[in-house]
Amino acid sequence: MSSGNGSSDRQVTLSIDGREVTVPEGETILAACTAADVDTPTICWAPNLTPVNVCRVCVVELEGSRTLVPACSRPVEAGMQISTDSERVRHSRRMVLEFLGSANDLSQASEIADWSRIYGADPARYEGSADDGDGLSLRPEPERVDEPVRIQDDLYIRAYDRCVLCYKCVEACGDDAQHTFAIAVAGRGFDARIRTEYDAELPDSACVYCGNCVAVCPTGALQFRTEFDLRAVGEWRPDDQAVTRTVCSYCGVGCNLELHVQDEHIVKVTSPADHSVTSGHLCIKGRFGWQYVHAPAFEPPTTSAAEH
Amino acid sequence: MADLHFSDAEPTASERRAVLAALSVDEASDGAVVVSHPRVVRAGMQRRKQMRHLLLPALHALQREAGWISPGGLNFVGRTLGVPPAEAYGVATFYEMFRTEAPAHELSVRHVCVDPICALAGAAPLAEHLRSQGHAVHEGPCLGQCERAPAVFIQGRREPDRVPADGSGPDSLLVSVTAPAPEAPSLLRHMIGRDPGHNESMSMEAYRERGGGTALDTALRLGTDEVIAQVTTAGLSGRGGAAFPTGIKWRAVADGEGPKHVVANIDESEPGTFKDRLLCELEPLAIIESIAVAGLTVGAEHGWIYIRGEYPLATQRLRHAIAQAHSAGWLGDDAAGSGQPFDIELRRGAGAYICGEETALFNSLEGFRGEPRNKPPFPTTHGLFGRPTVVNNPETLLNVNEILRIGPEAYRSVGTDGSPGTKLFCLSGHVGRPGLYEAPFGMPLGELLGLAGGVQGTLAAVLLGGAAGSFVGPDAGGLQLSLEDTRAAGTTLGSGPVMVFNDTADMSAVVERLAKFFRDESCGQCVPCRVGTVRQHELVTQIRRTGRSTEPQRELLGDIADAMGDASICGLGHTAASAVLSAMRLGLLGDGQL
Repeated sequence: MSSGNGSSDRQVTLSIDGREVTVPEGETILAACTAADVDTPTICWAPNLTPVNVCRVCVVELEGSRTLVPACSRPVEAGMQISTDSERVRHSRRMVLEFLGSANDLSQASEIADWSRIYGADPARYEGSADDGDGLSLRPEPERVDEPVRIQDDLYIRAYDRCVLCYKCVEACGDDAQHTFAIAVAGRGFDARIRTEYDAELPDSACVYCGNCVAVCPTGALQFRTEFDLRAVGEWRPDDQAVTRTVCSYCGVGCNLELHVQDEHIVKVTSPADHSVTSGHLCIKGRFGWQYVHAPAFEPPTTSAAEH
Repeated sequence: MADLHFSDAEPTASERRAVLAALSVDEASDGAVVVSHPRVVRAGMQRRKQMRHLLLPALHALQREAGWISPGGLNFVGRTLGVPPAEAYGVATFYEMFRTEAPAHELSVRHVCVDPICALAGAAPLAEHLRSQGHAVHEGPCLGQCERAPAVFIQGRREPDRVPADGSGPDSLLVSVTAPAPEAPSLLRHMIGRDPGHNESMSMEAYRERGGGTALDTALRLGTDEVIAQVTTAGLSGRGGAAFPTGIKWRAVADGEGPKHVVANIDESEPGTFKDRLLCELEPLAIIESIAVAGLTVGAEHGWIYIRGEYPLATQRLRHAIAQAHSAGWLGDDAAGSGQPFDIELRRGAGAYICGEETALFNSLEGFRGEPRNKPPFPTTHGLFGRPTVVNNPETLLNVNEILRIGPEAYRSVGTDGSPGTKLFCLSGHVGRPGLYEAPFGMPLGELLGLAGGVQGTLAAVLLGGAAGSFVGPDAGGLQLSLEDTRAAGTTLGSGPVMVFNDTADMSAVVERLAKFFRDESCGQCVPCRVGTVRQHELVTQIRRTGRSTEPQRELLGDIADAMGDASICGLGHTAASAVLSAMRLGLLGDGQL
């Protein structure tokens, strides 16, 4: 969990872009980069999940290593010489972002879009160019992830054409948080998808609707129904939302909630990833059980008709 | 274990029987060989993993019985082994040999290889012919029978899997340059000229008469440090393609804390490679002996065989050999009189090239999707079930037997300084006599082709190292086939495939198929390989269709190759562009510009 096992008293000194950085033993290169104020793009990494190092956008150059190494999961070693902005690093990061842009709908993945701009990713390259001349018509249409939106309940939707297969939802549903194991990666290669068994509808699956998968999704492939419906009518306005921190009222555990409120209505509930009780994860009640807040105020029966 | 949620789907009575039979103790037929020693698994998630390594055998049993992995069957397996159904489904959908939709027929399925050598030998018309005869046909990747292309493998429905060419076709050709000299290393020494169909030659008695068992005796007499010293002095390196020094690997595991594992990686799936299949079919007891040598040397209690699902004959013979090794006392609580426990379990793969990658193999064997793990940590410290693990292929393991037989100095008398010993080369395609050739490292390519009867027609190109390797042109006859010389020439020996193409071969079709192979076989875990292999295949397809490449296309191919090579998790992605780029350089695709 969290960014490595940085609980050791021993310190490790390494070099990042020529600057010496000292971090606790057991930390990752990513943590060392953060300590050195070096911004690192990540997609499949999250502070409250075990690194799976599959997106490869965080790769850095490690002197002596034949290939680039994933910053998010590689533990630091004394004397490492790390480059985070070499031509090789910039190239691989750009290509990962470009590959995803060429395969997925990233219109709701604002962080990936920001990194794509920074690294100059140009997914249109795969669609051919005028230079191809008559070859253009002979180029196979670049395969994209093409999936219908799955709307099977009132709580959240799944739009897998936006899914970049970061595995975060699988981790959150499984070992890292919920231990429900309702979803897994199925299939292989470009056809790999997040699935319930036999693509069973969610209400028939093991899903307990904790929404922890939705909370960690970086692309909007998993989306709360409230957000999905507001977006559909062009009314999703994150900049107009106020976020209020409170404590869940259902049981005595003390989970902190962040209520995202737009136009005086709760539109989303999250929990801070660094909150000691939740690590960002909630149950169905804290995540979805807030409708009562908006129920019409109880009006006591009038005592006398004479008032009229 | 969390409370698992299953749908209402129930198994049929026959599915239930098939799964239970596959999981039963000492079920030697087609089930998992589950021997009675206590399993020690101390990795994380202990309870989840205790039974989970039986998932693959259980899925094989369901597939054979019902022709697919049905929801009821999957539920039964999941309940029995404590595996969540979504995860079991994720595993089942990973493999070529498993179906998760009901088949429209009750037939066994004929897998026909469509990779380059079989394609040249008429795989497409063969598949068409089989279909016209009413057979169920599945066209797929290399089946490891390239010396007798086109290859067919029959995945049985309520009958054992089999390969039609086994026993009925001509015996595969074996040639060893070093074999007659007793002081030279030769893996094929006792395999050449012996009738493998003759059961008695497979017996422990006959094997001992051929000198079998002496490697194990020698290893026990020398002890751990001396065996590893000899392997190190001999300069043995892994024969699977990565060429890692075997002595260093064994030393690291020997120094690790138990429980430890030894895994024989018999998942050779590199197109053009069939050597390990033949070794297992022809001298299975030598494979078992070599695994025992490895296990007792490094102090491992658990030996594993992970073998391609498409190798039924080798599987059957290895199972028989395991049983004989038990009878002979090589395996068990006091293995070969060593005072140490050592036993071997066998697992069949189910059709996935990536599972030949060692960490993907571990995941597959543990009952997870065959996705490679990030390295470091390496298998020598965090291997199977998270424990120190030696993983070697049969060719490497048999070389240890040879080192123990003749000593490291005699072993080094063959080969080059940088690559001591012999290498098994799998010759296929347009050569006079396709087959398995054992030659000293350093033999020039032209000489090896000459040994194999020469090139049929006019040589166009040779693909060294298989799909993960690279093409060399007709002028490469002088290339010395050693690790160092091929590396210097920018190519690779890989696992030893030498695929020969003359000028009648449609090379652009060959290259497109190789690109398709990687697109199909990428596990999909990391972005550079999952998307890169698709974009590469699309570009290659277009270049083939237009007959020329443009500057933007060449730049894009180079960009894709760099990213896959630099940022992928494993060797599949790292090498997925190698053959395509070499083909572009040689003008085998497009107009030769790069």
